[in-house]
Amino acid sequence: MTALNTFKLPDVGEGLTEAEIVSWKVKLGDIVAINDVLVEIETAKSIVELPSPYAGMVAQLLVEEGETVPVGTPIISIGSEEPALAKAVPHQGLPDGVVLEAKPLGTQTRPTETETGAKPLVGSGPKADAVQRRPRRGSVAPAAAQVAAAAPAAPAVVVPVPASAPASAPASAEDELRARVLAKPPVRKAAKDLGINLSDVSPTGQRGEVTKKDLLSYQEQRANEQAAAGTFWQPAPAGSASQEQRIERIKVKGVRKATAKAMVDSAFSAPHVSIFVDVDASRTMEFVRRLKTSRDFEGIKVSPLLILAKAVIWAAARNPSVNATWTGDEIIVKHFMNLGIAAATPRGLMVPNIKDAQDLSLKELAIALNDLAVRARAGKTQPAEMQGGSLTITNIGALGIDTGTPIINPGEVAIVAFGTIKQKPWVLDGEVIPRWITTLGGSFDHRVVDGDLSARFMADVAAILEEPALLLE
Amino acid sequence: MSAAELPTTEFDEPEEAVLPAPLAEPFPTNGFAALASSGVDEGDMVQLLDEQGVLQHDPAFSPYIEALDADTLRGFYRDMAVARRFDSEGTALQRQGELALWVPLTGQEAAQVGSGRASREHDYIFPTYREHAVALTRGLDLADLLRLFRGTSNGGWDPRDKNFHLYTLVLAAQTLHAVGYAMGIQRDIKADPTTEPAAAMVYFGDGASSEGDVHESMVFAASYQAPVVFFCQNNYWAISVPFEVQSRVPLVNRASGYGFPGIRVDGNDVLAVHAVTAWALEHARSGNGPVLIEASTYRLGAHTTADDPTKYRMAAEEEHWRAKDPVARYERYLRESGMADDAFFAQVADEANELATYVRKAVLSMENPDIRDKFADVYGAPHPLVAEELAWFEQYQASFVDAENEGGAA
Repeated sequence: MTALNTFKLPDVGEGLTEAEIVSWKVKLGDIVAINDVLVEIETAKSIVELPSPYAGMVAQLLVEEGETVPVGTPIISIGSEEPALAKAVPHQGLPDGVVLEAKPLGTQTRPTETETGAKPLVGSGPKADAVQRRPRRGSVAPAAAQVAAAAPAAPAVVVPVPASAPASAPASAEDELRARVLAKPPVRKAAKDLGINLSDVSPTGQRGEVTKKDLLSYQEQRANEQAAAGTFWQPAPAGSASQEQRIERIKVKGVRKATAKAMVDSAFSAPHVSIFVDVDASRTMEFVRRLKTSRDFEGIKVSPLLILAKAVIWAAARNPSVNATWTGDEIIVKHFMNLGIAAATPRGLMVPNIKDAQDLSLKELAIALNDLAVRARAGKTQPAEMQGGSLTITNIGALGIDTGTPIINPGEVAIVAFGTIKQKPWVLDGEVIPRWITTLGGSFDHRVVDGDLSARFMADVAAILEEPALLLE
Repeated sequence: MSAAELPTTEFDEPEEAVLPAPLAEPFPTNGFAALASSGVDEGDMVQLLDEQGVLQHDPAFSPYIEALDADTLRGFYRDMAVARRFDSEGTALQRQGELALWVPLTGQEAAQVGSGRASREHDYIFPTYREHAVALTRGLDLADLLRLFRGTSNGGWDPRDKNFHLYTLVLAAQTLHAVGYAMGIQRDIKADPTTEPAAAMVYFGDGASSEGDVHESMVFAASYQAPVVFFCQNNYWAISVPFEVQSRVPLVNRASGYGFPGIRVDGNDVLAVHAVTAWALEHARSGNGPVLIEASTYRLGAHTTADDPTKYRMAAEEEHWRAKDPVARYERYLRESGMADDAFFAQVADEANELATYVRKAVLSMENPDIRDKFADVYGAPHPLVAEELAWFEQYQASFVDAENEGGAA
């Protein structure tokens, strides 16, 4: 003797998402046969009658007339018992008070657990609402992925925060920069209508322009986040019900698992030393701005990360021990730079590297960085691209973070964290003036890199950011 | 037809390449040429049973019906009534969320049963997606038809079992398939003259008749005098587009343009449809080339469960056609001719309900296909690329929160 069969609102057209309950053709206690008309509903396409999929007695009408509900919402429960029998002995499977006292329609729309007593009815629990989009596991990864975009962002750091576009992070003369965001007029209009600042959107267009698709995926992501936030906290379960239903369990596997293992291996085998340095990056900002307008760099994405990458390569050549591997018996110093860039991708954190970055011109490096970002964002990073790295940069500034203590990518001995660049008061020649300031953080494996070496390396990197012209030496 | 006359394709050996059969006798034998070539008006059509269910006489076609015994005649009713009940169950299952879509046939039973029953075992049928009653006459398990609509199969049955092709959702594509098949029959017979003569019969609608594929298939059918019967169910509505927009004249007139016979028949008169189709199939099997049949009928319901006919046509029009209902008309005829009584109709109703119950049960127990089967179908032996793609797909599937629920009830 089963308890109740619940009929969920079906999609009666092709791809309809909701329907209005126009009128019920049955009332509580009615006996219905299979295919008896239960209800009239109105969809975007038509008014249709829904025949009953079950035979039995109408136990609950779960939606009021006039209400519009998503496809998948339970609308009616039909009991399989004979009515007389049900009246005589309330069954175990039939929660008290649910069936027999026909409450006036409308007073018991969608009973909650407390109303129905012990167990939730089939399919009528709090999860009944149809979701528009199939939810993915591990909300962190996709959230970061959305904007990880051109800027390889870096949850390799202690602070995991979703990313935002790197190009926009450092804004000199903000209006000027904003004016420079490329987009076609319809996209501009759409952004305006949606109240989206185009400079917040990661561009993927061939010439670095924001495409309609970029805008829509940004909008969708934004909407999802906002929508999800409102429903994140769940009410305390009533009575003896378990906390379990308020707990979300996410299976650890794939990239998450690999990341966790790598971080633990690194953090607990390599003694980390972290150091920080504040840098006046105003000249770097100026340099980047010039490159952006230069004809040579037309169509190529340029950001301060490019200068930092170049600086790290330059500084590593002067302090070779940072570009090494510790094996226990020996220190392997590499006379090449496979420059790793930590990137938040749809599949999780990845650290693809640019092979032989030391051989690349500024322009080639810019292109390589961009390619790497595009592939990472698309989830197309190949395993080979992640192997053989020699030193890593994590661009947490793209996430709006000042600095952090990054964990070294296993097999390497140094990692550089690039903080956000903002205007701050800075003392120059005894005067306080606004300058573009950033903080560089670096973590080093103390088995290989001693304090003085790490300090010299970081100072060299900082020197380039303060004066990119040194690259010409 | 001797081997020398058999038309060939350009792929054949040059010395054998014969041009398409000359049209010395464009409309051979039975004298329907006049009907087809003089231009058929809306009102002109073969009818043996009028709207009141009274039998009429037609010198050409009545003999086909007179040759049938009472059991066969009662069988027509049984098929139509069962098909209608099956159809209503399909609609109900869709409304209950058990089928993604349903394509109702109600109103077109006579056109389908009359023609389907006229086909023989060796003939090969190419349906659209609404030929549920034809499937019934071919002996298919009707539950198999629903696999496609439940989304558990791209086909649902082995077409070779009953010479009943898979439903074709691409409008009019099946007319080309049918002509190709018919040309294959010609070649089989050429290769082995003892081969059983057979014809292909292809169903399509007034909407599909506007597709280029129909034109191409008719050109080829005529050029090669292929044994194919084009069976057009003109139900007057191509979803929401009325027939007047498709054609200014009855579709049957097109046949004369291609140079083969066309017959217009009352598609709600199961006897007339049966007689006309029997003649047409015999014409095709005998090597006389293709025939176009236009069956004038009416879709009483929606095009599919996803549209609402009240939005594009008047209730009065539906009422007009309900008066011509093929099942009710034939029931009157059977009762008045004394061939069937209450007991017979009650028995058919029971049988129809049993089928509906069976079909419902079958649908609810259909299992979701395993996606791995799709990957397994690509190569005969394991293949590293396919294995990689499958692995990627599984990982992707597993990335969804509800991944564990996959494979449950649809």
